Order: sequence, then C-alpha cells, then structure tokens
Amino acid sequence: MSHSAKPVFSCTDVHVWIAEKEVVKGVDLAVSAGEIHAIMGPNGSGKSTLANALMGHPAYTLEGTVELSGEDVTSLSPDEKARRGMFLAFQYPVAVPGVTVASFLRAAVAAVRGTEVPVREFRKELLARMEDLEMDPAFAGRYLNDGFSGGEKKRLEILQLLMLKPRFALLDETDSGLDIDALKVVAEGINAAASQDVGMVLVTHYQRLLNYVRPHVVHVFMDGRIVRTGGPELALELEERGYDWLETPATAGGA
Amino acid sequence: MASPRKVADIGTDYAQRYGFHDPEEYFLRSPKGLSHEVVEAISRLKKEPEWMREFRHKALDIFLAKPMPTWGDTQMLSEINFDEITYFVRATEKQGETWDEVPENIKRTFDRLGIPEAERKFLSGVSAQYESEVVYHSVKEELTKQGVIFLDMDSGLREHEAFVREYFATVIPAADNKFSALNSAVWSGGSFIYVPKNIEVTIPLQAYFRINAERMGQFERTLIIADEGSKVHYIEGCTAPVYSSNSLHSAVVELIAKRGARIRYTTIQNWSNNIYNLVTKRAVAWEDAVVEWVDGNLGSKLTMKYPAIFLKGERAHGEVLSIAFAGPGQHQDAGAKAVHLAPNTTSKITSKSISKGTGRATYRGLVKVRKGATGCKTSVQCDALLIGEAARTDTYPTMEIAEDQVRVEHEARISKLGDEQLFYLRSRGLTDDQARLMIVNGFIEPFVKELPMEYAVELNRLIELEMEGSVG
Repeated sequence: MSHSAKPVFSCTDVHVWIAEKEVVKGVDLAVSAGEIHAIMGPNGSGKSTLANALMGHPAYTLEGTVELSGEDVTSLSPDEKARRGMFLAFQYPVAVPGVTVASFLRAAVAAVRGTEVPVREFRKELLARMEDLEMDPAFAGRYLNDGFSGGEKKRLEILQLLMLKPRFALLDETDSGLDIDALKVVAEGINAAASQDVGMVLVTHYQRLLNYVRPHVVHVFMDGRIVRTGGPELALELEERGYDWLETPATAGGA
Repeated sequence: MASPRKVADIGTDYAQRYGFHDPEEYFLRSPKGLSHEVVEAISRLKKEPEWMREFRHKALDIFLAKPMPTWGDTQMLSEINFDEITYFVRATEKQGETWDEVPENIKRTFDRLGIPEAERKFLSGVSAQYESEVVYHSVKEELTKQGVIFLDMDSGLREHEAFVREYFATVIPAADNKFSALNSAVWSGGSFIYVPKNIEVTIPLQAYFRINAERMGQFERTLIIADEGSKVHYIEGCTAPVYSSNSLHSAVVELIAKRGARIRYTTIQNWSNNIYNLVTKRAVAWEDAVVEWVDGNLGSKLTMKYPAIFLKGERAHGEVLSIAFAGPGQHQDAGAKAVHLAPNTTSKITSKSISKGTGRATYRGLVKVRKGATGCKTSVQCDALLIGEAARTDTYPTMEIAEDQVRVEHEARISKLGDEQLFYLRSRGLTDDQARLMIVNGFIEPFVKELPMEYAVELNRLIELEMEGSVG
C-alpha cells in the first residue's frame, strides 16, 4: 500500500476530556486507503477513549481536527460520520433486544449507502458475508447482541464492517475475548476489508491479533499520547519487553 | 389541566391524521350529567326489557354510593367532573347492515382510519362502533351458518334476550367497582358474541370504534361466550380525535370460556390526551380453557385497566400480554390479574411499559392462588423502558398464595433508553430519531408479533408518531 496517498482519515492535535479530566493529550494520525495501523498500549492509557471520541461519543469532549478524505468532520454527529464512511467496531457492543440482526443491518446499510437495498439482494449479500465469517444463517434472526457470547459480538462487529463498507474503520479491542478460531476468522475479515481499500486503526493491548493481521504502522500509546511510531517489528518488541521501557519522565503522570 | 400543551406534544402530524372530527350530527343526545332520569331515558329509548331497566337503576345507585378507588392515580381521578359528561349519544337512527347504508360523514371518518381496507380484507367480519351505537355491523354469512352470533350488545339484548340475561354481569357484577357500576347504569353498544360448541371462528372478529363527541362518555359493554371446544379471536382497536376537555371511557368486557374453549381478546387503544380510560375486563376460564388478553394502551390522560382471568376449571390457562405507552403528562396504570381457583391451572403475565418525558407507567398486578389449587404455575414479567430523566415507572405486584404446591415466578426489569444504545446505533448511520424508534420498536416487538399484520403496522405507526421529537 502506498503511504504517500492522500489519507482517508487524519486527525490533528486531538485532545479528549471526560468531564474535567484530560484523557487524550494531543494525538496526530494519518491513515491511507488500505492501510492498517495498530495502536497498542497498556490498559487505561486512553486508547479506547480516543476511538470513541473520534466517532463522536456524546460523553466526551474533543478538541482538535478530524478529517475524512480531507473533509473536516470534527463537529459532525456519529451518524453523519458514519454516512461519510467512518466506522467504529465496539469493544463492548450494545444489545438492542427485539431488533433482529437482519433488520438492524438493513436499516444501517440503507442509512450509510443512502438508498434502500431490495430485500432479496440484501439477503443474498448478508448471507454471503455471514458465510465468510463462518456464522450460522440463523444468526440473522437473532436480536442484536442480545445474549450473544463475547465471540459472537465481535464477529457481528466484523460482519457490520463488511456490510457497511466504510472508508475508514476504528476497531476497538476487537481481539479481546476471542478464542483462537474466532480470532482467525475476525482477522480474515479485517484483511478482507483492507484488501478493499478500507483504512483501519486497530486498537489493542495484545500483540496476538497481529499474528494474523500485518499492520503497516504500529503506534505505542501511553498516558494519552502516541509515544513511539514504527513498523510491525515494534509490536514484537512490545510483546517481548512490555511497555515500561518506553515510559519517560515527560509522559509519566500526565500533563 | 394544560391540555393544549399535551396536545402539542403529540405533534402536528398526529393531529392532522387522527385529530379530525365531523360536525356533530346527532339524532339524540342526553343532557350532561348523570341521574335516574338519564338512565330511564336511555333504557326507554332502547325499548329494553324491564329487568335491564331495573339493572341500570340499581347500578346507578351503587355508583352513587361507592367511593372513588383509593388506589391508582387518585389525584387524576378526583379531577373527573361527572356532571360535565354526556352519557348517551346516538349517532344515527338505526345501524347500517351494509356499507352502502352507512351515512357519508361516518364513512369519511372510517376512510381516514383505514376501515375500507379492513372492509376489503375481512369483508363481513367487521363491527364498527361509532359513538354510542354500532352503525356498521355485518356478519359474514359463514358465521351465521356456523351458528355464531356476532352483534352489537343492544341488538344482542333484543334478539337473544334470554341468553343475554343468563350471562350478562355474571363475570363483572355492577357492584364490582365504581366504574363497572357506572357502565352498568349507562352502557351502550359494545359486542355480543356467542360461539357454539366446537366451532372455530377462523377470521378475527373486529370492532373498530372511536369517540367523537366532546365531553362524551363512552360506555360500551362486551360479552363473549365461547362454548365448549370453540375458538374465537376478537379485536378492538381505537384511535381518538384530539379534544380539549376531559372525556370518559369506561367499558366493561366479560369473557366466558367454557370447557376446552379458547378466547383471544386483542386491544389497541390510542386515546387522545384528555381521555380517562377506566376499563374493567375479566374472563372466566373453565376446565382446559385458554384465555389470552393482548392489550395495548397508548394515549389517554389516565388509563386504569387490569385484564383479569379467573381460572375456575382444572388445567385452564390464562395469559395477559400488555404494553403501555405513557407520553408526557399521561399516566398508564395498567396490569393484570390471575386468580387460580382450580388445581393445575397456569398463567403468564407479560407487561411492558414505556414512559416518555413526564409520562408515568404503573404496573399493578395480582396473582392469587386459592388453598387447594395445587400444581398451579404462574409467571409474571414486567419490563419498563424509561425515556428521559423525568419519566417514571412503578411496580406493584401483589401475590396472594394460599397453597404451597405451586410454582411462582416474578421478574421485573427497568431499563433506560440510554446514551450507549443510541451511540451504538448512530455510529451505524441511523439518526437520533431513527435510533430511538428502533430501540422502542425492539422493546415492544414481543407484543407486536402477536398482532395481525395490519394492526402491527398501525401500532408501529402510532409509536412512530408518539416518538417524534422525543429528544431528552
């Protein structure tokens, strides 16, 4: 993938507050089409907050600039961002009882594509993507995330990624809570999305997923900042050495 | 009360679609207020037999003597001014037997409610009540051949007097409560249904009615008797126009399911914000009988309604599935009662409520098991969904279990339409309104899927209207 192409996603000097507390303290990112970035960091470093705030979570206050394919989307609502091709795979997908996976996805696809897809066509596409992810067709008739296992929820997030075909996707801890088989399936989904030119940021604190998905760029995230950026080898180094060696007096303890 | 503000809450679309009303063209209406003279006039006008006339007068005395209920929303109840209500209005001189005979202005009302659709689909199964009289009522030939009686209550009394006399007020006596007494005194309209032994009525019998006169009470009376081994589904649905002063709706519905019979009674009521909807519904289920109340309550100022099933025969089964939607300023005080009087009887109560804005939903239920009614099973599930910080819900599940060998389950859940659910759906491209509607529709799905298609569509549309501009 070309690193010089115009980024599908970029953010500049992003700060995020939860109430009065500054959790993200100045982050810059630029992701090109088809490019996979990994943001790795210890628990509590603020990386999930960053992902949610970028998507527009109402509980967070964001400062800085967020752009999708060069368009400033900083102040747009989550649905407006989604309709412009942004996607967030949730760490903890939310249950909506009484709404089937199929009807939810049909509404989401119509919203994001801006047009209704005929039922038969939609159904065909849905079943094909579900097969890719080794999901039972009966899954489409279940209520959204209601009583789903951790692995089922994560598969559903990837199913949504493949159905909604965003330009840019944030994947928040999509690897957590998965057994090895599920992890492989999820990784295949991520690779399939990347091959269709989706730009992606994987937020994780394990290196595990990176055995199956090869990131182009790895960022180390600590205490609300990116403290180091490198290639895939950086992930392996983190696996071996942990995060402590990166901690510097300047970043420890916050601003 | 600040009715105009509440009316505004419904949204202009609602007013446009459902708030229309025809100029009041009535052949007869009683003066406002309640007295023995009014009761006498109603009974005489209907040319009723002596026993019914007496029944009405006695019931009025009971009504006047009984105090207001001391539970429920006593504040709102105390605001009813019984002297300001019209107790009887006759819409047309006689009831039409075919669509052609129905007066034009009444047809227009039905047109806007989608009745012609029902007409096409359920051709003769429709009984529609307009005002206090049934104006359109055609019984499918097949029903008549099967020996099924499906009449408005007034005709039922005229044509099957002995039958009506045997069962009328046997399930809900006039003295049951203040509002059943009121209904007994001034009742008009409603349905009378008899299904003979082992007859299965395959089409749902429908009554579609609405209140149209300001400050007019509507006191319909329904009696359904399902003889041994028979099966019937009755549907009532209402949409009421928007008015500014208080109106009272107080129905009495009695169901009798004999040995092995099945009755399902489906209701969708959508009253305007000024209506007091105080309804007494009760069923008796004999040996191996099944009775199901499917009850949807939208709108009204105050609804107090607790469909009951008295399980009198062994292995009888009763179910109550209900939803209540309390919008701003409204109180839905609804629930269910299951009374187990025979061994091995079972009951299931599922109650779902939505409170929006300053809306308030109360679940008030009773499960009673008599000593000796061994092997009974009962389960009660209450789910409440709150939309907005001011929304309120309360649960009063009363259990009176006098027998040890029973299985009782009770579960109550309260959830808030939360930021996390909204954020999740919005991150998938759905607008705030779409996301809220999806969550609410999901919540009521277990109810909606029990409805015939056209009612499901209607209910979803009503919920959509209720949810408009519901931010906060």
